[in-house]
This record gives sequence, structure tokens and C-alpha cells, in this order.
Amino acid sequence: MDAIYYDLATALPEIFVLCMAMFILLLDLFLKPNNRFLIHVLAQFTLIGAAFITISTYTPSVSYAFNNMFVDDPFSDVIKVMMYLSTFTMLVYTRSYIKLRGMFRGEFYALVLFALLGMMIMVSGQHFLTLYMGLELLSLSLYALVALDRDNPRATEAAIKYFVLGALASGMLLYGMSMFYGVTGSLNISDVTQALLVGVPSHAVMVLGLVFVVAGLAFKLGAVPFQMWIPDVYHGSPTAVTIFIGTVTKLAAFAFVIRLLIQGLFVLAGDWQGMLIIMAVLSIAIGNITAIAQTNIKRMLAYSTISHIGFLLYGLMSASMNGYISSTFYIVSYTMMTLAGFGVILLLSRHGFEAENLSDLKGLNQRSPWYAFLMLIVMFSMAGVPPTLGFYAKFTVLQAALQAGFVWLVVYAVLMAAIGAFYYLRVVKLMYFDDVEDKSPIVAPFSMRLVLSINALALLVVGLMPQPLMNICAYAISRSLQ
Amino acid sequence: MTDMQSIYLLIPLLPLFAAVIVGLFGSQLPRSAAHVLTILGVGASFALSAYVFVDALQGNVYNGTVYTWLTSGDISFEVGFLVDRLTAMMMVVVTFVSLMVHIYTIGYMHEDPGYSRFFSYISLFTFSMLMLVMSNNFMQLFFGWEAVGLVSYLLIGFWYKRPTAIYANLKAFLVNRVGDFGFLLGIGMVLYFFGSLNYDAVFTIAPHLADATVSVIPNTEWSLMTMVCLLLFVGAMGKSAQVPLHVWLPDSMEGPTPISALIHAATMVTAGIFMVARMSPLFELSTTALSTVMVIGAITALFMGFLGIIQNDIKRVVAYSTLSQLGYMTVALGASAYSVAMFHLMTHAFFKALLFLAAGSVIMGMHHDQDIRNMGGLRKYMPITWITSLIGSLALIGTPLFSGFYSKDSIIEAVKLSHITGSSFAYFAVLAGVFVTAFYSFRLYFLVFHGKERWMEKPHEEHTPHTHEVAAHSDDEHHHVVHEEHHGLGPDDKPHESPWVVTFPLIALAIPSVIIGYVAIGPMLFGDFFNGVIFVDIHAHPVMHELAEDFHGAGAMAMHALTSAPFWLALSGVVLSWFFYMKRPDIPAAIKAHTVLINKILENKYGFDSFNEKVFAAGSRFIGNKLWQIGDVKLIDGLIVNGTARLIGRISGIIRQLQSGLIYHYAFAMIIGVFLMLTFWFAKI
Repeated sequence: MDAIYYDLATALPEIFVLCMAMFILLLDLFLKPNNRFLIHVLAQFTLIGAAFITISTYTPSVSYAFNNMFVDDPFSDVIKVMMYLSTFTMLVYTRSYIKLRGMFRGEFYALVLFALLGMMIMVSGQHFLTLYMGLELLSLSLYALVALDRDNPRATEAAIKYFVLGALASGMLLYGMSMFYGVTGSLNISDVTQALLVGVPSHAVMVLGLVFVVAGLAFKLGAVPFQMWIPDVYHGSPTAVTIFIGTVTKLAAFAFVIRLLIQGLFVLAGDWQGMLIIMAVLSIAIGNITAIAQTNIKRMLAYSTISHIGFLLYGLMSASMNGYISSTFYIVSYTMMTLAGFGVILLLSRHGFEAENLSDLKGLNQRSPWYAFLMLIVMFSMAGVPPTLGFYAKFTVLQAALQAGFVWLVVYAVLMAAIGAFYYLRVVKLMYFDDVEDKSPIVAPFSMRLVLSINALALLVVGLMPQPLMNICAYAISRSLQ
Repeated sequence: MTDMQSIYLLIPLLPLFAAVIVGLFGSQLPRSAAHVLTILGVGASFALSAYVFVDALQGNVYNGTVYTWLTSGDISFEVGFLVDRLTAMMMVVVTFVSLMVHIYTIGYMHEDPGYSRFFSYISLFTFSMLMLVMSNNFMQLFFGWEAVGLVSYLLIGFWYKRPTAIYANLKAFLVNRVGDFGFLLGIGMVLYFFGSLNYDAVFTIAPHLADATVSVIPNTEWSLMTMVCLLLFVGAMGKSAQVPLHVWLPDSMEGPTPISALIHAATMVTAGIFMVARMSPLFELSTTALSTVMVIGAITALFMGFLGIIQNDIKRVVAYSTLSQLGYMTVALGASAYSVAMFHLMTHAFFKALLFLAAGSVIMGMHHDQDIRNMGGLRKYMPITWITSLIGSLALIGTPLFSGFYSKDSIIEAVKLSHITGSSFAYFAVLAGVFVTAFYSFRLYFLVFHGKERWMEKPHEEHTPHTHEVAAHSDDEHHHVVHEEHHGLGPDDKPHESPWVVTFPLIALAIPSVIIGYVAIGPMLFGDFFNGVIFVDIHAHPVMHELAEDFHGAGAMAMHALTSAPFWLALSGVVLSWFFYMKRPDIPAAIKAHTVLINKILENKYGFDSFNEKVFAAGSRFIGNKLWQIGDVKLIDGLIVNGTARLIGRISGIIRQLQSGLIYHYAFAMIIGVFLMLTFWFAKI
């Protein structure tokens, strides 16, 4: 009996989110349309509650539950808290957007919470099947979210694409996992690690599995050549869903990579390192070069995501503690930047108008100097201009790669970052030096303006004082990966 | 964080906060908020600096890091403070003069539409200057260095609608780039060879590298120390306007007068002097560098003084005198008399700020006419300005018992005792400089405050005041077109004394101009004030040691001076200027008519400007044009940029085809990816 309680206590945040998601779904049936805001409040309460549970049950030790299928360690806690925070922010940004587009329904919130639940399981999974289950829960929720605006042909098209390709990627992932099972006789990550430490029985089969697993992971992250879905899905989805896919799910995908590759398959580092290098190099190039040609800001940010993933891989491919720490820092920074970037796009959209072309940003400074300034910080940060957060994130990742001896790859990355700076700075140019075309006033609820301002200013403040965040990342990684 | 640490932090941050608030919200706040906030900030900063000074007098030294920005390998970039007596003295001087200038500005700028912008800038300047002097590492020093430079450009170009102001600020910017380039190279060398940017660490290592050499050009060995010191000194030459990088300072007078006093006389331009004094442990290791410093200082001291004689713009006369006095300080540095240089820096800060502010007061009284030939007899109308100007001038020329006397005479004595290369020339230059200084200072004084009231005689069409100037300086006529909105004094107008916010700073600055030398010379030069702060190699450069043997108290020094050459030189300068400009105004005109060549040279300012204009500016434009036509248009634009653009266009064309929107293409790409990876890795096994 005690073991059950212990297991349940370890997974308490997940259980809480699950209950609340189902409650919201039920409650929505009985609510009058006027009282819909309750759903929003409840969803936000869920996130705060989950954060409270995660933080209050925090221990610096690593605890396993459900027969070692589930783990609660500092790394999972840090990533989960970041997820709650990002989801919270994203819900604040999207409220008026979905209201104006008839998506302000219980489904949206329930699906977001289910997706979050899936991600939490991905972060805490210690067993191939647990991890896979979390991934599928996330994916299915996302497919539905993308298609939520079902009368919009573009959204349905994006959903179908996402679904088919996602299914293919899942298949690859499962196939790769089955190879590991065949070789090691276990699906549990710690058992697999142990078995590999004793000796790799069949290297060829392991590499076969590894290629498929890496392909599946790369699909989730959006690394080249598995990035094809990203621009179409970013573009086709309602912006409220794009922001979710672009930020929170990347945190989960990163945690997923840490669990599988670094915790589970570290022994094969010599093999996956090379794969990550190829993907990193290609991602940075394709992301940055193609972004230049884009006129749609959502597509531009999609390619920017691809290039950021390339930088993220630079940290991971170093296969060193330092590299993982800097990658964790990078993904957290990336999430903050992207949230704020999409926040500004959501801010500019209004009833019957989607701000999605670069030209919609023209002369933003004349319409609202403050938001133009916030966007300026975001763009500088994405481009990696000091002293913003993005600079420090790129700096640490490249430093880790340097320490691992990849001098030329680092030079290459810096050159590519310079190319990338072009399209970020073009946004700044449009905002400050072009004449305004669209003079309509910017209206947004107070909560959104407040959170957006904090979000963007945080990029500057944390960029100036990166050490505390760095310490948290270092702590989480060094405590959890031993 | 200890109490003292928070005080150190507050001192620069208070002016910064005031500057930011006033700068960002100045247009929304009432006009008075601009000066109330900034004066509160700077005032508090002054009070705290005074407290720190008293604390430092007790021998307390603070050296620590307050914030680490980032660490890269073994090098960390930090914000840190080194507060010893040298710093504390600078802090008090900077905040005091800044406070006076803040108060003065209320009166001087009160009609200006950029009122709050101006206050924001000068507060920002105070912050930057404090960061510069309080730094304990080269990185922050450079930050402060550039930050004061930035504010200086902003303020020179404060009246940004006047083409002359924009020209002057561009010139200051470009000339300072030259200096800063050297400075940056120097810092780079320090980092490379010493492995640290922290003063303490560098100074500890320095003696071990005294004999180190570097070969920049193969097969030549240059002393490392000499190179580092000379490069750092190039920075000081730019900032402290030493020949040949002095050309920006006279033009900087295009800025409003309060900043001429604060930035271009009392504080910023002395940053170079301060820096060299701070780096005394490095400079002491290279006599070659010291000689260079001394000769450059001597040239500046004498030849810039000559130029003061022929200027007719009241501010430019004072500006050339600043150049000359900076030369004096540099000479003292070259003679290893760092403490004397710092002493002169301090006294000069007071009396030169006073002279500038008094000049500003005169300009206000004359309704923004700056030509001294249109003035005269002002003492009746502006008594406070008159008396304080007289005090300032007496201090400047080195009248015994006045502050300038103690510092300047000590410099002359120190140079006399020095035996390094160039010291005999320097001695001649500083001695001759005394006469020149006295002559032009009192020429200005007599022409402005005594004699006939010439504004009444002025023909009516000359109301645009600078027609004379334009005629006299045909080569730079663009610099001298002054305020369209002010027409100077009409024949029926009377000059008037300025309001109390203007006269109060004059009085407050006049007091230290008189007494500070008498009070401070003992402890600062010959006591233990700078012990452990300024390092002098007694055996190689025994100047200060020998100077101390001759010193028997401030009073005795003043008595002794009555029988020494500088005093009589100064006196003769005063008498001669009185005779020329009060008694026989025809003589200067006659001399001018008979010495056309010399006059021409002086009016062209030795041709520095035209040389720069013709060689550097035209040369850069030529190279720039060529680079643009060949390098930029053909190579970069044609081949690289457009070539890349075409290439990228082609690439994106291909990628766009891949990104067809068709699912099976996407799936195919994924499968190809997996397939390639598999092949590759199986090939490896």
C-alpha cells in the first residue's frame, strides 16, 4: 500500500493536471457562454496549482516511482516549472485572440492541459514506453489543437500534414526502440544503460536503432532534414496554437532528448555525436538562409526556430556536462524569446485581421514606441546581440562546443548567426524606419500588456545577470545526470 | 555588501538615475523637475564623495568587484571600484564642479527648448566620469572613457540644428577615434601580455616584464613597456587634447558654455592625465615613454598658448589656455611628478571652471555676443563676474598665494630638476609659457572688463557679431556662424549682471581657486597623501624627492617666488598686455601689420586643421571613394552581396521547391534523411 502512495505522491503534479483537464472539459458543458472566462481562470489556476505542487514537493534527490518507469529529479522539476510558466504566459497572450476567433471554448483549454500532461510525462519518463506514451498524448492533443479552427482550410491542411508526418516519425521512434529492446532485453532506461555499460552486444543493431530514434527525436525538435513540417504547421495553425508548438513543446522535446540520448544511450555518444553534428550544421544553414526569403513573419519565426535548434544541438553534441548545461540554458532562453516574439504578433492581430506579414510591422514605432521597443529587444535577443539573453545563450553553447574541440564548427556557426542577424534586424528596420501603413490603434487587455512587457524586459535583465539562471540549469543537470 | 560598498555604488548611480528619469520623461515632467532631480542626484553624490574623501584621508583603501558581467576562460569582465586617495580626490572634484555647473545651467539654459535634455546629459556625464575614475580595471576604465566621450559629442552637438556644432562634434568624434584606437591597442597589449585587466594584477606583474621586448616588425625588438605606455598615452593625447590630437578641443566650444566648463576644462579632458597618473607603475618602467610624454606636453603648453593671444572669441581664448594648461600637466607627468600633475589638475579644475563660467556669464550679459572686441568696461555692470574673473585669471597666471601658483610653480621646479631627454626643452617651454599665459589672460581680462564700452560704437550692420571672426579665419568660416536668434547688444542696451544661480557658482568656485593651493600643497606633494597610490622610481627619477628637500612650507614658497623667474615673467606679461591693450591699442595693430607671416601662421593654428583637412580628410575620402567604387560596388556589392543574394536566391528556390506543401515530398525527405544516415553509419562500422 505504501508503495502505491509513494508512487502517487511522486506523480502528484501530473495527477492534478489530469483531473483539472477533465474537470474543465466537463464544466464546459454546463457553462453559459457568458461565464466562459471561468474556464480560463481555472486553467490558469491549474498551472499555478501544479507549479505549487512541484515546488513544494521538491527534493534535491532523485526519486523513482511505478517500478522505475517514472522519475522525479531536479531536472524534471526545473523543466516542468518552465513549462507551467510558459503555458501560463501563452494563455495570457492568447485569450483575446481565441475569443475573437470563436475558439474560446473548453476544448482549447482542455487540449492545452492534456498536451501539457503529455509533456510532463515526457519529461519524467524513465521507460521507453512511458516516454512514448507522453509523446503520443502530446502529439494527439496538438493535432486536434491545430485543427481546432476547423472551418479554416489552411488549418486543417496543416493538421493533416502534421498528423501524417508525426505518425511517420512516431513509427521510426518506436522501431528504433524495439531494436534496443531486442539487444538489451529491457525497455527501462536505467536497465538499458546498465546493459550497454556491460558491453554492447551487437553494435550494428544498436546503430540501426539509434538512427531511427534520432530521426524521431529530430522530428520533434525540428532539425534538418526532419524540419519540413515546421514552416507549414507554424503558418497554417492559428497563432494561438503556433505559440504553443513553438515554445512549450520544444522544452519537452529537449527533455525527451536528454532522457533518451544522454541518460539512456550515453554509451553510444560516439555515434550520435556525429548525427547531431550533421543536423546542427544543416539546421543552422537552412534555418538562417531560408528565413531571409520569407515575407510571412510566422514562417520567418519557423525558420528561426530551426536555426535555434541547430544552436541547441551544438551544446548537446559536445557530449559534455558543460554542453548539456548550456543547452538547457539555451532552450529556456529560446522559450522566453519566442514567447515574447509571438506575443507581439498576437498583440497586433485583432478582429478579422491576422498580423502575419512582415509588412504589418512597418512603422510600429509610430503606432506604439513601447511595443516597438519590446520587439526590438526580442529581435536583438534572437539575433544574439549583447547584452540580451540571446547573446549569452549563444555564447555559452558555442563555448561548450569550443571546449569539445569543434573550432571550425563554431566559426561556421558565428558566420551563420551573422547571416541570421539580417532578417532579425530587418524587422527592426521595418519598425523604426519605415512609414506606418496600418494606423489602427493597438488594443490589448491589461494582463497581456503587463505580461508581455515583463517577458520582453526579462530578456534584457536576465541577459545582464545571467548567472542565477545559469546556476539553476547547472544544478538541475548536474544533480540529475549521474 | 558593506555600508561603504553601497556608498561607492550610490555615488555614480544617483546621477545615472536622475539622468535616466529626466532623459526619458523630461518632456512629461515640469521644467523645474529636470534641474531639481539632477541637482539632488549630483548633490547627494557630492556629499557622499566628500564623506568617502574623509574616509580615504584616514588611509582606508577599497579595492573590490561589485559585479561580474561575464567570465570567459581566465578573463573575467567585471565592474569594480578602486577607491583610494587619488580616486577620492577626483570624485570630490568631479562632483563639486558638476554640482556648480548644474546650478549654473539653470540660469544659462533657462530659455533653451532642450532644457531637460541638457540636464540629463550632464548628469549622465557625471555618472560616466565617476565610473572612469572609480574603476579598478581597464575594461571599466574604457567604458567610462567612451561614455564621457559619447556625452561630450552629444553636448558639443547640443544645438544640433547649427551646422557648425555638428561639424565640431564630428571632428571631436573622429579625432578621439584616433586616440581611442591607440588606447584600445594598449589595453589589448596589457591583456595579452599581463593576462589580466585588473590594475592590481597588472601592476604586480609589471616589474617582471620591465625588460621584456616584443617584435612587431620582424627582427626589431621594442621594449614592451614603452610600447604599452606609448599606446596608452595616445589615448590620453586624444582625450586630453595634446598636440597633434588637440584640434577638436577649440571647436568643441560650439557646445553650450556650462559643458565647456565641466567637460572641456575641468573634468573630461583631464581624464588622460588621471589615467597616466593611475598607470604610474607602468610609466615609471619606461623612460622613453616619459620623455615622449614630456616633449608632447611641452609643445602643447607653449604653442597652444601662442594661439590664445590672437583669438577674439572669449570662449576660444579660454579654450586655448586650457590646452596650454593640459600641456603643463602632461609635462609634469613626463617628469615623473605625477602628484604635481594631479595637483595642477585639481587647482586647474577650479579656476578654469570658474573662468569658463564667468565667460558664460559675460556672454549672457552681452546677449550672446562672444567677440571680445565688442566688449569693454563691463566691470561696472557685472561686478561679481568681474571680481571672480580677476581671481580666476590671477590663479591661472600663477600669482603667489593663489592656487595656480603652487601647482604651476611646482611643475616648473620639477621640470627643472628632471634630467631625462627633452627636459631642457620642456623647461624652456613651461617657462616661456608663463609669460604667454599671463599675456593672453590679461589681454582678455582688460579687453572685457576695462577700457571703453565698445558695444556702443559698434556700427549697426555688425550686429551679426562674428563678421570679424569670419574675416579673420577665412579657412574655417563655417565654424563661427553664431546663434541666428541672438544679435548681441544694441548701442542702447546695457549689459546686466547675471542672476544668482549664475553668480553663486562663480563665488563658490572662486574660493577654492584662491585657497586650495595653499592648503593642499604640503600634504599632496610632499606629505603621504599619494603614498601607495602613485608609484615613483626614486632612483631613476628622483625629481619629487629633490623637490621635497627644497620645500619649506606654502608661505615660504610664495615669498621665495618673488625672487624667481616665473613670477617676473608673469608680471611682465600682465604689464605688457596692459600697455598694449589699455594704453596704446595702436601697437598691437602695428605689430600685426608688420608680422604678417607669423600672424598668418597663428591664425591658421599652425596649419593643423588645414593639414588634417587636406591630407587625412581628403585622403580618407579618396581612399573611401576608391574602396567604394572598386571594393564596394564591384567586389562586395557585385560579387559578394549580390552574388550571395543570387546564390541564396537560388538556394531558396531549391528549398522552396522542396517545401512544396505536398506531404509525400516531406515524408520522402525524412526517409531519405534516415536512409543517408544509416548508410553513412554502417559504412563507418
